[in-house]
Amino acid sequence: MHNLTVAEQIKGLKNKDFSSSELTQHYLNRINDSKLNAFISITEDQALSQAKEADKKIANDESSILTGIPYAHKDIFCTQGIKTSAGSKMLDSFISPYDATVTRKLNDENMVMLGKTNMDEFAMGSSNENSYFGPVKNPWDISKVPGGSSGGSAAAVAARISPFATGTDTGGSIRQPASLCGITGIKPTYGRISRYGMIAYASSLDQAGPMTRTAEDAAIVLNAMAGFDTNDSTSVNKSVPDYTQYLKNAVNDLKIGLPKEYFSEGLDPGVEKVVMQSIKEYESMGAKIQEVSLPNSVHAIPAYYIVAPCECSSNLSRFDGVRYGYRCEHPKDLNDLYLRSRSEGFGNEVKRRIMIGAYALSAGYYDAYYLKAQKVRQLISEDFKKVFKKVDVIMGPVSPSAAFDLGSVKDPVSMYLADIYTLSVNLAGLPGMSIPAGFSGNLPVGLQLIGNHWSEQLLLNAAHQFQMRTDWHNYSPADR
Amino acid sequence: MSLDNKKVKEIAYLARLNLEDSDIEQTTTELNNILSLMDKLGEIDTGDAEPMAHPLEMSQRLREDKVSEEDMSKEFQAIAPKTGKGHFLVPTVIE
Repeated sequence: MHNLTVAEQIKGLKNKDFSSSELTQHYLNRINDSKLNAFISITEDQALSQAKEADKKIANDESSILTGIPYAHKDIFCTQGIKTSAGSKMLDSFISPYDATVTRKLNDENMVMLGKTNMDEFAMGSSNENSYFGPVKNPWDISKVPGGSSGGSAAAVAARISPFATGTDTGGSIRQPASLCGITGIKPTYGRISRYGMIAYASSLDQAGPMTRTAEDAAIVLNAMAGFDTNDSTSVNKSVPDYTQYLKNAVNDLKIGLPKEYFSEGLDPGVEKVVMQSIKEYESMGAKIQEVSLPNSVHAIPAYYIVAPCECSSNLSRFDGVRYGYRCEHPKDLNDLYLRSRSEGFGNEVKRRIMIGAYALSAGYYDAYYLKAQKVRQLISEDFKKVFKKVDVIMGPVSPSAAFDLGSVKDPVSMYLADIYTLSVNLAGLPGMSIPAGFSGNLPVGLQLIGNHWSEQLLLNAAHQFQMRTDWHNYSPADR
Repeated sequence: MSLDNKKVKEIAYLARLNLEDSDIEQTTTELNNILSLMDKLGEIDTGDAEPMAHPLEMSQRLREDKVSEEDMSKEFQAIAPKTGKGHFLVPTVIE
């Protein structure tokens, strides 16, 4: 059963090949046997009762498309009555009193939540090594990182211990782990999916999305996750198309742009080879390829690593040990309570970003850092606007290399530099996707697709057409 | 712009983070490495580019001023570290 895609499981449930309870128990067994550390919480009892409920709905013909399908939920989405830790000691004891909108939407479909997935603390990281609950291992090679921050979600889907998972992407946190684990992941346009109840890192960049095996599955799940929400003031009131309706469109007229800046020094030759072979595949489908330029994309790293920490230092000031979350033992006064609760509750990377943000926003430095970074953000966005007058989709690598060794990147700056191909998409609020495109050695490599605002259907369509002609998305770590 | 240990301690305090004396040296080095990457921003000619605070050209939505959330104070206080008589408790501030 675990080799079936979500689309196939939907059919299986409908044809009564298996029940949701059987499917759920099968995945729970697989999760319990797994040694990847992909989950922070396994919600076995709730999952089995949700599955029972789903089976009733199916029997009574009251089901919707996704009823009874199990999934893994990134531990950044609030789930009522269930620990929501965001990968942090700060929230290790936090039992959310409410559901995130995404959680509610998936519950409304009578889906089955298997558990909450491991992640870099507060989604800050590109390797999952910043989790308070220990790093996740890459299912293709357990000595490698799965990527981050949605590393638990990516590993769970790749290892077939969950049919799909939710993720969030602030600077590449869906696309990069999807690439490193050989699965499909889409970060939609900013504002497409509600951020309500999604623990905030950098509010002008954070966006949720599905992490699946195939583009078809991503389209099905995105249909359920997307939509306007009055509880999120940045949610956009725009109708959601049925993403599955566009998958079969031909791509023979597709104009693809390759940014020359994405193929410069620093790109691993094994990754470059896979990306170029995929582009050839599109060419053979009739797509027209042209070189384009995003001259300001090199500035995405300093711009992002100012904007995101500034927003993070402000967002994370809410964790003060007073209303919820971690509180230090025996505080001697209020200031001591703040200082020790935060110092003991946050991990090192989170503290670094809070400090960078606090500094960049402080008197005398605001113009040089924050304001300047926002101007650069504008230039990056304008680069994309110009390119999208000429092409429909931009393609390139997701990450400069395949998965690297656990513990091998110790210096924060080196870790930041590897985010070069994903950050500008968030700064400009564009949709971006990673699809399995081949292997470098024994490790999977993703191809990145970037579209104009609100062009998710085109990205999913282009990805699906690629997956109709290739079988990279069908490879499983168990085959190796 | 390079930070010294004293400045790093100030920033940590601004962010309400404790820095152990044994950690200051390494934190200062790490923050300076990060900031040297950020200082590249200063070399970019941004001309008259408008600062971009938000990825979409949209304005803040307004809503009618009416009650939209029910009272969940009991649920919210149930997860607080310390409460009493409907309040969140902290160490005594005023004697």
